[in-house]
Amino acid sequence: MLNFRKTLSALALSVAFMGAHGAMAEGTLRIGMTAADIPLTTGQTDQGGEGMRFMGYTVYDALINWDLSSADKPSELVPGLATEWSVDPEDTTKWTLKLREGVKFHDGSDFTAEDVVWNIDKLLDENSEQYDPRQSAQGKSRIPAIASYTAVDDHTLEIVTKEPDATLPYQLAWIMISSRANWEAMDKDWEKVAASPSGTGPWKLEAFVPRERAELVPNPDYWDAERVPELDKIVLIPLPEPNARSAALLSGQVDWIEAPAPDTIPAMESNGFVISSNAYPHNWTWHLSRLEGSPWNDIRVRKAANLAIDREGMGALLGGLMIPAEGFLPPGSAWFGEPDFKPTYDLEAAQALMTEAGYGPDNRLSVKALISPSGSGQMLPLPMNEYIQQSLAEAWIDVEFMVVEWNQMINLWRAGAEDPSVEGSQSINFTYFIQDPFTGLIRHLDCNLIAPNGTNWGHYCDDEMQALFEEIKTTFDPEEQVKVLQRTHEKYVNDALFLMVTHDVAPRAMAPKVKGFVQAQNWYQDFSSITIEE
Amino acid sequence: MLSYFLRRLILVLPVAFGVSVVCFMLVQIAPGDPLTAIMPVDATAEQQAAMRAAYGLDKPVPVQYLIWIANLLQGDMGRSIATGRPVAGEVFGAVGNSLLLAFSAAIIAFPIGTFLGFLAGYFRDTIMDRAVTAISIAGVSVPNYWLGIVLVIIFSVNLGWLPSMGAGPGGSQDWHWDWTHIRHLILPAVTLAVVPIGIVARTVRALAGDILSMDFVQALYAKGMSRGDVLRHVARNAAATALSVMGLQLGYLLGGSILIETVFNWPGSGFLLSNAIFQRDLPLLQGTILILAMFFVAMNLIVDVAQAAIDPRIKRS
Repeated sequence: MLNFRKTLSALALSVAFMGAHGAMAEGTLRIGMTAADIPLTTGQTDQGGEGMRFMGYTVYDALINWDLSSADKPSELVPGLATEWSVDPEDTTKWTLKLREGVKFHDGSDFTAEDVVWNIDKLLDENSEQYDPRQSAQGKSRIPAIASYTAVDDHTLEIVTKEPDATLPYQLAWIMISSRANWEAMDKDWEKVAASPSGTGPWKLEAFVPRERAELVPNPDYWDAERVPELDKIVLIPLPEPNARSAALLSGQVDWIEAPAPDTIPAMESNGFVISSNAYPHNWTWHLSRLEGSPWNDIRVRKAANLAIDREGMGALLGGLMIPAEGFLPPGSAWFGEPDFKPTYDLEAAQALMTEAGYGPDNRLSVKALISPSGSGQMLPLPMNEYIQQSLAEAWIDVEFMVVEWNQMINLWRAGAEDPSVEGSQSINFTYFIQDPFTGLIRHLDCNLIAPNGTNWGHYCDDEMQALFEEIKTTFDPEEQVKVLQRTHEKYVNDALFLMVTHDVAPRAMAPKVKGFVQAQNWYQDFSSITIEE
Repeated sequence: MLSYFLRRLILVLPVAFGVSVVCFMLVQIAPGDPLTAIMPVDATAEQQAAMRAAYGLDKPVPVQYLIWIANLLQGDMGRSIATGRPVAGEVFGAVGNSLLLAFSAAIIAFPIGTFLGFLAGYFRDTIMDRAVTAISIAGVSVPNYWLGIVLVIIFSVNLGWLPSMGAGPGGSQDWHWDWTHIRHLILPAVTLAVVPIGIVARTVRALAGDILSMDFVQALYAKGMSRGDVLRHVARNAAATALSVMGLQLGYLLGGSILIETVFNWPGSGFLLSNAIFQRDLPLLQGTILILAMFFVAMNLIVDVAQAAIDPRIKRS
């Protein structure tokens, strides 16, 4: 390396060949991720939604999967490694799951109910040989309902919950099933498994360089013939810096990037690149403090703030890549319901409500808001919050910002509105993954989850809402459960419990040769239908 | 010479201790929590507390430091909280990639900077001098991450000549000295070289100008020495100071390429450091800072010894 003469001659030789391009094999899709590292490969992934998208639902299956086949409707749960599941009507804590027969892990071993027990032990039982603190850290909090689990026979599993909880299927959709035989073959060492993991998913991990790249190849024997991949290979490359990501796409080093910066999108489109986007369960809100003395305790103020924001106008800031909020959930959500309150732009109505609440141009309301300059899923928080600040000023609400870095923001979110570290802030701009009943609705406002014990940041507690949450958990008929979820969301909106601003649309940019991608309304995606047209 | 080297080596020990304390404590000051990297953001307080205890983060900071330094003395730098991988492996792998980049930049920067500086010093107060001064000021002043982005737009996006990111098609572990890989090195190395070109050129210019105006140079000419021989004397006199500046610059190149490595997605220590900062990955952060700081210390030691070898006055003082 330090041989100057050799180096210089190599450089000179290199210049002579300048212009030559390396060609990729046909059917290889190279993806620039926003993550700074390859997500954990052993089963339960890290790196949030992106980790599950690229290393979870690709290499692994859950017992109950998300349906990622349609772009036109919100995703629903579908059979995964379990073909059917039911709750005992006599004892609604007892669930029986029938498991899929004939499924094999990538290492060739058979999938059985014992493997599921082994996988849940991996997350919950600290005394089990296979307990993995890293996977447990990611997975344990996703299955809070589970009390016990047993393999009845090779293809029947019984799960008992701590109390009746109809959201169990959603919880199980988090849990990725990895191979026990492979773990044993790798000397029962999860570090070795990380380099050569084995799941049942449509893709197999073939090569892996930490922080640099991972290569996935198809699993031709995947149990769902419709999801056997068409491509030869997917290469995942961590590219956390947005400009580097865009340049890599524009220069042809990758074929697809996640989350292109909005200001680069016109240049990409004019160069023939395709921008794919769709609604998905994400929202961008201000979570309001409901502590005593918070101005947001007055429903008139909450409604006035919601009516003071021109959400369509905000779209210009984001290159149109947003869906104006009509509620807490995206407008197309199955759980949206029919709320009476419409958070549209109506400054006159906002001012009337503020007047009614005792405020006016000479008696303005001052609020303090916690925001971050960046962060996962936060879109463009600074200009968006400045836009809100200007909008609210027109309704006589003066906003003072407390700006903290994203990692610290997570801490302040966990700490809750009452914690001294938030310095009296009365709201937090924290975007939410709202894909299932718990993450979507329950966790934000449950009386039992008031921060710091849970994620009810604003210390909201309401009997009627609490009863609705209980009803969600005890309504086992899926159709009836949807109705309860709708009523819950209607209360969210009618009471204007959040400052509901917008929803992200998960933009991703891809080279025109990438074909066949269907962007599901979900945090996860299916890559099996994609082809590369040279 | 040996006693000078040993004396200098002993002085490294308190510096190393100071560095270890500072780099351990520094990362504790920043607000944030390393657990955010390994747990879902909505993990319960109980689960967070359990994880904090598992990683020893619930112990008082001085205790954490003692545990860390005790392990360090046994060659164990701990494990990254975010990835679970050994810190030593992560850091040395990344430092190797940064060394590759830093030496490539040095190979570009030092000869060019020295040549330009000599040219300007020799032709002082001429148009040549002004041109070189302008180039060196531009080199020092231009934000190099901006220059990196511009070079990417020109050479990667528009011309398609060179790749914009990464350390080769198979990643850095697959590095070879062939065109497929070297083309990945060119843009970051050139971008990184710009600042040291400016600094070295300015230093050498000042040194050459000053030395050329000294009496002994006149004396050498008066003795009938050729211009080439006189310049050799000038170079010898300037070498010690120039070398120390280059040594420091090499130190900066090794540890100071966070922005360049981020712009080019180069898997070096700067890139590692920036990711560790965002994730509050304390063991990785402490390990990386320590190694980079020790590189700096080692570089200073080497430069001091080299200076003493070139210029006997330093050794005597």
